[in-house]
Amino acid sequence: MRRVLAVLAVLWLGLAPALAEEAQLADPKLEQRARDLSREIRCVVCQSQSVADSDADIARELRVLIREQIAAGKSDQDIRDYLVARYGDFVLFDPPFKASTYALWIGPFAVLVLAGLVVVLFFRRRAQEPARARALDPDEQGRVERLLREDGTEGGT
Amino acid sequence: MRRLVFLLPVLIVALLVAAFWRGLDPNRDPSALPSALVGKAAPAVDLPGLADGAPRLQLAAFKGKLVAINFFASWCVPCRAEHPYLKQVGAELGVPVIGIAWKDKTEASRAFLAELGDPYAATGADENGRTGIDFGITGVPETFLVDGAGIVRYRLAGPVTPETLKGELAPAIAEARK
Repeated sequence: MRRVLAVLAVLWLGLAPALAEEAQLADPKLEQRARDLSREIRCVVCQSQSVADSDADIARELRVLIREQIAAGKSDQDIRDYLVARYGDFVLFDPPFKASTYALWIGPFAVLVLAGLVVVLFFRRRAQEPARARALDPDEQGRVERLLREDGTEGGT
Repeated sequence: MRRLVFLLPVLIVALLVAAFWRGLDPNRDPSALPSALVGKAAPAVDLPGLADGAPRLQLAAFKGKLVAINFFASWCVPCRAEHPYLKQVGAELGVPVIGIAWKDKTEASRAFLAELGDPYAATGADENGRTGIDFGITGVPETFLVDGAGIVRYRLAGPVTPETLKGELAPAIAEARK
């Protein structure tokens, strides 16, 4: 048990965000704001991480910058705008809903609706299938009987 | 109408081929980001000069001229690789290159230039990296073209190599000169 805990502790150390080792804001409330904000800013080098999670140089620099601006009394939105002006909407993990991001926001739902439509049509058609079955015409009836007869004689030999 | 349904698989395969063709293109970098700055006014640059006793580096002093701004650092390996080709930007393409040492100790940047040669028309030290962030750089090296009106025309994220020099920088410079 103890060994398991030790292993977990070591793993946890590895996961602990790089934030811990940096100069923090004296006011815990502001520090919390800085941390929350750095969690929604994307690291531009390691693109699936937030700057809070990343160890990249630029991410560290952005964390410092976020703290500085918060200390200077800027609002969260001011800081977001500052970063978007330099790095584009890409820097936000929660990009704004506007013309250039419509595909991003609506795309997945459009695919879902389209796929749902295909499924509905498919099953509808299947349900109609028996209704379209019809009686054999005399020609066909004759062929069926002939084939059945042949089958019977072959089976006999 | 029913016949058209049979064309659907062909259409889907064609779309997939197009998507894979794009995805497998060796020249495409999926993590490349468009610069938010291209087409906009370049951020102000006002930095201490890098060389001993050099005047401050001010972008405003280059107004009216097409310039390249190159962010580098002595600790950056690709910067070492691109170094010989930076001279060509000035000598062959006729665009003065401004060098900004990003998040680097001034002594280290000076030693870097003393060792490899100084291809820059002017240099500045951006020790806290803030000017780099103003330009939206994601790392070093990065090179920007700023035209005479102070508008950012182009950004190269990554080293200047013979390939990017011919294939990217030269056409971008020609375009910016129009």
